[in-house]
Amino acid sequence: MLNAMIVEAAKDNVIVAIEPIKKGETVTYNCGGEEKSLTALEDITIYHKLAARDIPKGEPIVKYGEHIGLAARDIKMGEHVHCHNLEEHRENLDNKG
Amino acid sequence: MNFYGYKRPDGRVGVRNKVLILPASVCASDTTRIISQQVVGSVTFNNQLGCSQVASDQQFTMDVMAGYAANPNVYGTVVVSLGCENCQMDLVVKAIQERTNKPLKQVIIQEAGGTLKAIDMAVRYAKEMVEEASLLQKEEFPMSELIIGTECGGSDPTSGLAANPLIGQLSDLIVKEGGTSILSETTEFIGAEHLLARRAINKEVHDRIFEIVHRYEDSLRLVGEEVREGNPSPGNKAGGLTCLEEKSLGCIHKGGHSPVMNVYDYGKQVKAKEGLVIMDTPGNDPSSVAGMVAGGAQIVVFSTGRGTPTGNPLAPVIKITGNKLTYANMIDNIDVDASPLIYGTKTMEQLGDELLKLTQEVACGKQTKAESLGYTEMAIARVCNFV
Repeated sequence: MLNAMIVEAAKDNVIVAIEPIKKGETVTYNCGGEEKSLTALEDITIYHKLAARDIPKGEPIVKYGEHIGLAARDIKMGEHVHCHNLEEHRENLDNKG
Repeated sequence: MNFYGYKRPDGRVGVRNKVLILPASVCASDTTRIISQQVVGSVTFNNQLGCSQVASDQQFTMDVMAGYAANPNVYGTVVVSLGCENCQMDLVVKAIQERTNKPLKQVIIQEAGGTLKAIDMAVRYAKEMVEEASLLQKEEFPMSELIIGTECGGSDPTSGLAANPLIGQLSDLIVKEGGTSILSETTEFIGAEHLLARRAINKEVHDRIFEIVHRYEDSLRLVGEEVREGNPSPGNKAGGLTCLEEKSLGCIHKGGHSPVMNVYDYGKQVKAKEGLVIMDTPGNDPSSVAGMVAGGAQIVVFSTGRGTPTGNPLAPVIKITGNKLTYANMIDNIDVDASPLIYGTKTMEQLGDELLKLTQEVACGKQTKAESLGYTEMAIARVCNFV
């Protein structure tokens, strides 16, 4: 059963839990037509994010195919991604419009 | 697609038929509450402003007052002022008459001889107006007469995944019908402004989108504040939204995929039959909704993740959640469950068509849950603004 989803399969490095997920549970999501799985490293509240792959400190966190912030520290695949490990970062987007 | 609504003398079409008891300032607000309690069919609101404001701040208040009186859901307006406030009766009346020629009466408390005499006069005016309004028969109009306001409040990650994309689908359908849809909440464009700017119909609109975002951030820095200090809220974060950029990228889905035709300042009159437009409003729900209703929106479509009861004195508010737990928990407040989009049990086309049908029914008079519960709260934007 799918218990997570990815918004932009080609770009995002976080996925969203669509059911409550327990530490050690298998997390399964549909990634552009292909089913992918990983192991949750901690409990994940429903609709919260977890890393779809390892994200080194300073790398952008990507959801909706866009940068939502930076990894405040090294984040492992299956870890909860939230205020404790995402650093807010206001990008200048003037030339991206 | 058509609906049955009320034709106004200024050519616009209402989906409700209310008499507005308009308080010109905070000093008239308790009086309008007492007046409205005496007149079934009338509405009022608590105006906390209207006096002792700097010019640009007062302009927001004036635009909301004039826009409320002109909103096509209103048959006519009784303006009540104290008499000495900055939003003087003649200024309010002039601002209303620049937008509409609908019935208008005035009561100034100090000139009437105090509370009881002012109430007596205003109640009689309002009762007469309700009687006239009650004689009005509905006529059939195309959906292109609708201006839809879109809003999200108490957001969580499901808002950006389901409820806002569903509102975006409705927005595209309204645009296809030839109507107008308003995307609002400038603070929640931050981090996503480039995506909206790419959809601008021309360079002027493109530049205006960046301008309203930068202007908003700069205005808060003038008082030493950063927009993200108050946004996302604790509830947004508890739901799983981490930062403003994530919230914004979900928020802008309410605008669907249509090109952005225009950008309006807060509370200004929006053109009918214009397609998708943006209004520069705060993320704060009651003040953002008030700006769009002042702009002429007859119906507001509102997504929520955490669950919110928000209504409006003039416009029916349709509440939508993408969170299956919230839908079950707050079913008394929420009209539409968009969570099937997350779990793949319904398609966007199905849910979009259902929401368009509900919007048509609400335009024809069906009560939304916020209406049936009697929610009418509102706020007005300030120069030192909400986030």
